[in-house]
Amino acid sequence: MSGADTLAQCCDLAVIGAGPAGMAAAVEASRRGLATVLFDEQPAAGGQIYRGIAATPVQRREVLGADYWHGASLVDALVASGAHHALRTTVWSVTRREEGGFELGISCNGAARLVSAAQVIVATGALERPFPIPGWTLPGVLTAGAAQILLKTSGLVPGPGTVIAGSGPLLYLLMAQFAAAGMPPATVLDTTLAGRWREALPHAFDFVRSPYWRKGLALLRQARSSNNTIIRGVESLQVLGEAKAEGVRYRAGGVTRELPCELVLLHQGVVPNLNLANAIGCEQRWDEVQKCFAPVVDEWGGSSVPGVWIAGDGAGIVGARAAEAHGRLAALQAALGAGRIDLAARDVAAAPHRAERARWQRGRTFLDALYAPAAQYRIPAGDTVVCRCEEVVAQQVIDTVRLGCTGPNQMKSFLRCGMGPCQGRLCGLTVSELIAQERGLGPGEIGYYRLRFPIKPITLAELASLPRTEASEQAVVRLPH
Amino acid sequence: MALHKADVAIVGGGLHGSSTAVHLARAGVSAVVIEKNHVGRHASGVNAGGVRSLRRHEAEIPLALAALELWHRIEDLVDNDCGFECHGQIAVAEDEADAAGMKARLARLRSLGYTHERWIDAHELFERLPALARHCVGGLIAERDGAALPFRTTLAFMQKAVALGQRFLEGTRALQVRRDGLAWRVLLSSGDTVSAPVLVNCAGAWADQLCAQVGEPVPLEPIAPMMLVTLRMPRFVEPVVISFGRPLSLKQTADGTVLIGGGRRARVDRNAEATLLDWRELSASVQTVHDLFPMMRGAVINRGWAGIEARMPDDIPVLGPSAVAPGLFHQFGFSAHGFALGPIVGRITADLVVRGRTALPIAAMSVQRFAAPSAGEPL
Repeated sequence: MSGADTLAQCCDLAVIGAGPAGMAAAVEASRRGLATVLFDEQPAAGGQIYRGIAATPVQRREVLGADYWHGASLVDALVASGAHHALRTTVWSVTRREEGGFELGISCNGAARLVSAAQVIVATGALERPFPIPGWTLPGVLTAGAAQILLKTSGLVPGPGTVIAGSGPLLYLLMAQFAAAGMPPATVLDTTLAGRWREALPHAFDFVRSPYWRKGLALLRQARSSNNTIIRGVESLQVLGEAKAEGVRYRAGGVTRELPCELVLLHQGVVPNLNLANAIGCEQRWDEVQKCFAPVVDEWGGSSVPGVWIAGDGAGIVGARAAEAHGRLAALQAALGAGRIDLAARDVAAAPHRAERARWQRGRTFLDALYAPAAQYRIPAGDTVVCRCEEVVAQQVIDTVRLGCTGPNQMKSFLRCGMGPCQGRLCGLTVSELIAQERGLGPGEIGYYRLRFPIKPITLAELASLPRTEASEQAVVRLPH
Repeated sequence: MALHKADVAIVGGGLHGSSTAVHLARAGVSAVVIEKNHVGRHASGVNAGGVRSLRRHEAEIPLALAALELWHRIEDLVDNDCGFECHGQIAVAEDEADAAGMKARLARLRSLGYTHERWIDAHELFERLPALARHCVGGLIAERDGAALPFRTTLAFMQKAVALGQRFLEGTRALQVRRDGLAWRVLLSSGDTVSAPVLVNCAGAWADQLCAQVGEPVPLEPIAPMMLVTLRMPRFVEPVVISFGRPLSLKQTADGTVLIGGGRRARVDRNAEATLLDWRELSASVQTVHDLFPMMRGAVINRGWAGIEARMPDDIPVLGPSAVAPGLFHQFGFSAHGFALGPIVGRITADLVVRGRTALPIAAMSVQRFAAPSAGEPL
């Protein structure tokens, strides 16, 4: 476990992201004899779902739950494998080399390096869907995921009178975890649309046969038995306040109410973190059920760029357990690509992982259908902020479409949305859906930002620290006058 | 399968195609602009935005000076200020060798009658550029130079042209051009045809393909000069700064971000319309920035990109009438410094089309300089 200086110049396989997919992929690839490096920005493995697992101050197992602690087995396997684990290392670019393979731009401890890998597995996971409601940018408004990180890494729980708003299984998981950690009673505003049951019902049979059925029941039971106030069918929501969050206003059951509060946690599901895949040039598609963009991948995780595999939630939301199976399958395919196994061996090895994947993906369609976020929470209007970095509001985007701007990449040039430090992570989906709605087309036809490296900001000093080669020395030679 | 007829067909909807369309409209001449992506998609929309007469090739100086006159009144031309700001451009001399080179250049320019570049000593240099590293010894300044916003400018020219009645066909490519009697017929990928007595080649990095079709090959090299942009920083520099001895251009935009250019090149695949950044080269660029502006060490780079542009071997454009085909005019090959010239070159081409001549000297940019000498002609 070390910094960039001890990294070899090249490896057979670079795995980017040390969540369940990345850890499982690195272990499997290493088993198959591939010289493997696993990169992650964090000081320890685990990704988001198992964040802090090696060092969390939350030692009572029942707080974070058995699912969380399963991650410890993945970390143990990683440590025991031969894979090199590059911690606190940001991968900011992945570029095809003319001679084959890829060159990765990485940063660690304020210094940048270029390393080569014959193949790459992108396991960058998911991030929370934006929740653009009026007041969402006020201090005191966090995402539920951010609050969960505070719990996992620092053992913090929200104070009294917190409002938790949104929809999705993670919301209920979070309530259960906070309740077990001793959070005072909170108000939960459930924005799951009434009537989603009808969309979800066709998938209910799969769901009750899935591992999520018992988990879901348990979470719902915990939620109902907690001291929290749960209000369902919230059709509209805004955060009130001038310089900070002071309350929320919501409408449910035809009645509008206000509730004072200082902390609001928002969450309406997670979406693939596809910035790296996008910048590499991997094709993307619009997923009409999950209402998000996802990279186009085959059954092994193969992207449209040869030698680049995408595994886990970064290829489409599948959950942590299925992500492991995806990671192992991608690693097997990479091993085939590197000539370490043949087709027959690959298929034999893949069989149990395919079964695991099917087991853990069963029932997700039900969850996806049930918890699809409502349009009013995905597509804002008026002066609700859309691009937080550049302070662009919804009406500006709509007006620009009316001026003839046809898509998000042109929109970047008109309004600068997507050109700030978040690199589209907080506004990309919103902008694409706003443009789509205004133009009367599907988001798939509108497309998404075309992203560029570096996919995480790097300092001038870091880039300047790239080791010099003879060629680059010559490039600095004085120009003729 | 529509037929679009106009006085002029323009292949390429970048700044040059749009500028030509505007100037033709002002002369009462109709035009159809054919653009394979959307207006401003390539070099025009993503370049460094420098509006520069400083350090120009001698052949370009009269055009650059005439362009500056238009830039200073750009709203009169296109009803939009294009984000043009004038704080001058300064080329920095890092040592006595640079200074000597600059003074020699000045002597040459003076002998040709040009006064737009001026030597400034270290004292004035640091007054104008307080954040500049103190090893620098002086510089060349062109005070009327500045910078503008490339995409906004290109769009403004397109919108003005449309307002004046010109037509833009976007998302369609010119597959084939041929002379049919007195007209050019351009077959489009959409299946439509454009018919016009005059054809203007503004096809940027793809212009040589049209040249090949008419039997007038040119040695065009597609290049992809790389750019970096930082997050917003407190204002520390007003003029655009270019280096003299090594590739660099640096400017701080109105919103506080810093653009770092200088011409180092990415790998380019013009068929795929894709570029691959070369991080070792970019590292050398930021080394130069750091050497000249030490406080930029902590600047945060948020994005890198490269536009696809056309370079000619002598680094000056191809401008003027075809030597082999009647009614064909070339306007490409600006070799990474065509943005500033956009407003004036459109007028030059419009003058050539309407009047058959232009007041500005363009002989050095003739396409004939690439013609293979044929038997019997003096070499």
